[in-house]
Amino acid sequence: MSGTMKDGRRRSPLAMIAMPLMVILWTIPTVGLLVTSFRTREEAATSGWWSSVFGGGWTLDNYRGLLEGTSMGSSLVNSIVVAVPATVLPIMFAAFAAYAFTFMRFPGKDVLFIVIVAVMVVPIQVAFQPMLDLLGPRGLGINGQFVAVWLLHTGFGMPLAVYTLRNYMATLPGSVVESAKIDGASHFQTFWKLVAPMSSPAIAAFATLQFLWVWNDLLIAKLFIGGGANKTVIVDLQQMLGTQGQGAELLTAGAFLSMVIPMIVFFSLQQFLVRGMTSGAVKG
Amino acid sequence: MAGVTTTTSTSPGEAAASPEPERRAGSPARPVRLLVGAVGMVVTAWLVCNIFLAFAYYPQWFAGSGILIGLLGLIVGIGGSVVFFYFLNLCIEGFPSRFSEGLIPYAFLLPGFSLIAVLLLYPTVQTIVYSFANKDSSAWVGLDNYRAIFGDGGFWSALLNNLLWILIVPILTVAFGLAVAVLADKLSSTGERIAKSFIFLPMSISFVGAATIWGLIYAYNTPGSPQTGLLNAIVVSLGGEPQAWYQIDTARLNSLLLMVILIWLQTGFAMVLLSSAIKGVPEDTIEAGRMDGASEGRIFWQIVFPQVRPTMLAVFITVLILVLKVFDVIYVTTNGRDSTDVIANLFFRKLFVEQQAGQASAVVVVLLILVLPILVYQVRSFRQQEANR
Repeated sequence: MSGTMKDGRRRSPLAMIAMPLMVILWTIPTVGLLVTSFRTREEAATSGWWSSVFGGGWTLDNYRGLLEGTSMGSSLVNSIVVAVPATVLPIMFAAFAAYAFTFMRFPGKDVLFIVIVAVMVVPIQVAFQPMLDLLGPRGLGINGQFVAVWLLHTGFGMPLAVYTLRNYMATLPGSVVESAKIDGASHFQTFWKLVAPMSSPAIAAFATLQFLWVWNDLLIAKLFIGGGANKTVIVDLQQMLGTQGQGAELLTAGAFLSMVIPMIVFFSLQQFLVRGMTSGAVKG
Repeated sequence: MAGVTTTTSTSPGEAAASPEPERRAGSPARPVRLLVGAVGMVVTAWLVCNIFLAFAYYPQWFAGSGILIGLLGLIVGIGGSVVFFYFLNLCIEGFPSRFSEGLIPYAFLLPGFSLIAVLLLYPTVQTIVYSFANKDSSAWVGLDNYRAIFGDGGFWSALLNNLLWILIVPILTVAFGLAVAVLADKLSSTGERIAKSFIFLPMSISFVGAATIWGLIYAYNTPGSPQTGLLNAIVVSLGGEPQAWYQIDTARLNSLLLMVILIWLQTGFAMVLLSSAIKGVPEDTIEAGRMDGASEGRIFWQIVFPQVRPTMLAVFITVLILVLKVFDVIYVTTNGRDSTDVIANLFFRKLFVEQQAGQASAVVVVLLILVLPILVYQVRSFRQQEANR
């Protein structure tokens, strides 16, 4: 019976050899980082990380040094302060727009939605110089504060949010909304009581994508928050990447710390992410 | 006064069914609602904006605490938008229903589109305008910026690199994603789930984190000393000389090695979409192939492959858009040295290191032009998709 699996399909020797190899290949880089983050500087500089996998000599000093001696701890907090509002704030604006695009008829609907599709492709670099003017000392003067990046991420995330939510809402049965209308519910009530709760899987999918994107973003964080007291963990890591010698051993521990929260979010919301992506979030 | 007549003509039974008869179609204007709604909207927007500005201007009011500011930002942001939409709806309902039916869609779109207009549409136009102005945008210079960047060898080298990234990364990402999706599909369901999780995982890692991770693979130590980089350790154990990988621009090897990082990050994304497309292929089409005695290879290429092709294209385009804007990986590893520069990194350097705002804008305009064909393609395929819906 070794030729078939429990569900009756034939075993594929090719897949059984190739897949573990792929998994090992894909995992080794991350394992290398994790192992190195537990090694002393002397060891890391004189031998490869693989030599200590079974050799022992592990230490938590890098993590201790990181949290006590650097700004990493406060940067982690800053990243949360940046990412959570920047994830949540676009959702409501986008959901109302997606509702209008899905369940209402109005002149200009097609053109406006095509604007959304088009804007998703536009590189955000186009926004930097005008936005630095608008938010910087020549304009509102809020550059360097959390508010600036909340605003930017809310705006930049908007097209994808509208697109994702509208594609999902289009799969909802239109009869539900119709019957709510016959019962005398206004659009506002229909949105709150029916459509928003029914769209929660798509909202979760967008929220996961947006959270990962905001957390992992370097460009916007660097330009609009900078490397001061409010810097995010990714900017902090980028600054550490430039340092050599003293403190270089903290880099791997810092990189690992910066990855922990997005990984937790990713794994706990993976189901939604996959479902949302496959039901139209990314489908072109 | 059509509204009044319809209300009076409703039978008692109908009135009981809808507790708010004035909400029925054909209701007249209700100026109080309209006014309260309009004033409420303005006050809410004013209040929210000012509280947000206070976060920026007077952090000391909030004890300088990021956590408190973040928490209040969430509460004020969500609460503010709920209240704003409530007043917006109230205001619209104050119009005679003939108008309000027509206005509601635009009211629902207004906040989202205002953000898109301010943060994406206006800057795009402004950037194009800036590209004809001098380095601090204070005087017009005509086409000088374009002449400057087109006359610069670095620009063409960056453009060539972008082209290589575009040609190589999306195709390999889709190919790996497809291979993993197909092979995983042949494993037991537990094996499939575990294998896919591991390959999907890098998607949660930042470019900066990935560059740190791959730094441990590409690390270089002088010949003779122990190699701490995995790649050089392998090379040395095979009897070769250690190489400073990021500095080898022969055949753009260093760019290729940087591309590996991006492929590593994105394969999981391709795999997830392609895997669900493969599982969506109707079983009976495959069964029919088996009946005809086709080999597994033929079944894949002639039955499965054509059916997942649209998904492959979608993944390809998504990765392509990402690659066009690739920046972080290059910025934190080589920063464009040794012929690894790309357009987005060139832009960053022009704007913030060389302080050449005009030339930087011109570089973005070039990027915008590169994106244009994809934009047209996306819009067209969207229209096609809608036509088939």
